[in-house]
Amino acid sequence: MSSKVISSQAKLTLGPVLYNWPAEQRRDFYFKIADEAPVDVVYIGEVTCSKRTPFLTPFIPEICDRLEQAGKEVVISTLSLVMSKRERKELHEVVQDSPWMLEANDLSAIGLLEGKEHIVGPFVNVYNEDTLGYFYQNGARRIVLPCELSGKAIERLLASNKDREIEIQAFGRVPLALSARCYHARSHGLSKDGCLYVCEQDPDGMNVETLDGEPFLAVNGTQTMSYTVTNLLHELDDLAQLGATHFRLWPQDLDMVKVIQTFRERLDGSLEERAAQEILSDLVKFAPFSNGFYHGVEGNHLVEMREKI
Amino acid sequence: MELVCPAGTPASLRAALDAGADVVYVGFRDETNARNFPGLNFSPEELEEGVKKAHDMGRQVYVAINTYPQAGNLDPWYRAVDAAARIGVDAVILADVGLLDYAKRHHPSLRRHLSVQASASNPEAINFYRSAFDVQRVVLPRVLTVREIAELITEIDVETEVFAFGGMCVMAEGRCSLSSYATGKSPNMNGVCSPASHVEYEQRRGKLVSRLGEFTINSFPNEEAAGYPTLCKGRFIGHTGDPSYLFEEPTSLNVMMMLPELIQAGVKALKIEGRQRGKAYVHQVVSGYRHAIDAAMKGEPVPFMDMGNITEGTRSTAGAYEKNWR
Repeated sequence: MSSKVISSQAKLTLGPVLYNWPAEQRRDFYFKIADEAPVDVVYIGEVTCSKRTPFLTPFIPEICDRLEQAGKEVVISTLSLVMSKRERKELHEVVQDSPWMLEANDLSAIGLLEGKEHIVGPFVNVYNEDTLGYFYQNGARRIVLPCELSGKAIERLLASNKDREIEIQAFGRVPLALSARCYHARSHGLSKDGCLYVCEQDPDGMNVETLDGEPFLAVNGTQTMSYTVTNLLHELDDLAQLGATHFRLWPQDLDMVKVIQTFRERLDGSLEERAAQEILSDLVKFAPFSNGFYHGVEGNHLVEMREKI
Repeated sequence: MELVCPAGTPASLRAALDAGADVVYVGFRDETNARNFPGLNFSPEELEEGVKKAHDMGRQVYVAINTYPQAGNLDPWYRAVDAAARIGVDAVILADVGLLDYAKRHHPSLRRHLSVQASASNPEAINFYRSAFDVQRVVLPRVLTVREIAELITEIDVETEVFAFGGMCVMAEGRCSLSSYATGKSPNMNGVCSPASHVEYEQRRGKLVSRLGEFTINSFPNEEAAGYPTLCKGRFIGHTGDPSYLFEEPTSLNVMMMLPELIQAGVKALKIEGRQRGKAYVHQVVSGYRHAIDAAMKGEPVPFMDMGNITEGTRSTAGAYEKNWR
């Protein structure tokens, strides 16, 4: 049985790089995205750890210029866990000075951006229609939903706010938890203050296995990620029909241009689902796919749909 | 300094009051609170009796309605807030922006506290909740050091409540989906973390293996007591290839020896974790903290009290309150 052919106006977004890729590598990555990837929106900025921020900051203007020249909507993503004086100062500065739209990933940013158009990021808890409506009224143009929401909950949210922009995490390892403690450093016998930036060694995060040697999670500094790679290719059609306007692809250390092309062609209906799945399977070698959160079961599960076979 | 104590049952509520709690906090018996465990929590009638008893003694009762209301099913959360207001509790402890807005609009005179599950870790976030929903107090997430708490207090005009004792999240509370990744059930959506329904213990060649969902969380030689497999307190294999408590050891928080610093910092209330624990636990911890706070408030040295028998893994830590924890 062949899968449905869809043709959707939905947009594709590239989430911020969550990992500690060297700044030059990030710049080159974004240049390539600007030049080659059929993506509509690109988020950029350090979300995970403020110790990494100074390396990326000098490159941001030229990256954003290049992306905008290529016709991409550019959004600056803010830090997800804000605690120190320096982190707060940087947040105030970016809210005041940024010529680009901001993605708020903490309630501090939501508060500072009140009445100013912004994006609510996936690190802000939006579980129901009341909260969704509140944030739109507060100035949100678009809201990225948290990873653990089921398809049923997403459907309710989409139905409650028709004609508003909602973004769904559709590809990549998803961030599951934030902490003040750095587990990357801890795993190397170091503290967060003296971390030696060991997180740079793992461009897709450091795998965490159980005592049985079974892969379980991935650590990215202070952030804990899924081991599995979320893949909602199969669910795209339903989500687009229900009114999802944007689909987020999280950058991984692989051919993201090809990932973006695959999702785009699938949304346009120019690529069969089976062929699209095969392309993604060839690209993602480091971990299996999952879609459990969407189906209301364990997030690490892959619920195989009958229509696929 | 106010002592805020947990109660999962009417018997625990009485135990907490008898042991010297200034405030007892409880939840309703459904998915609206973050300790949604079988056989635990209060019906509206039980809460009404508890509130009467506390008020007769000149004490207070707070109600935690601190999970995130489910899309398309907001009624249980609305009803919980309505019931708390009708019964006349002294405050509701809320996390969800939509529910805070509901409470403010429908029950403006009902005191609102911001739950730790909202993870407000800086003045900007706290001031947002203050100006938008008029919250009177914030329960601080367990990510800040005592020094950071002291600085924060100078920049906000709401009271602060901090966790003093009990089970400790190593992740920023309310911002963790590890449990639902492994079991499909999460603190934010279901009021449970690493739920007992998904726990199994397995005998394997002289070892007792604890599992959560399909994942091994820890393994204990048979002569050792096996701990509960809370996901983030298991042993895992990371960079070195050797098993370790990669996130956190199975320890309990205990800040008793830091009481003078917390008082100095201007903290308004100390919170004991453990609505799921029995009344013996409640009695012991509350009595201990009552003595300690009374001593510290008089400027006397805090007496050393061994609570090893009731701490998780029989070990305790000052956790994130000390910077070297990070």
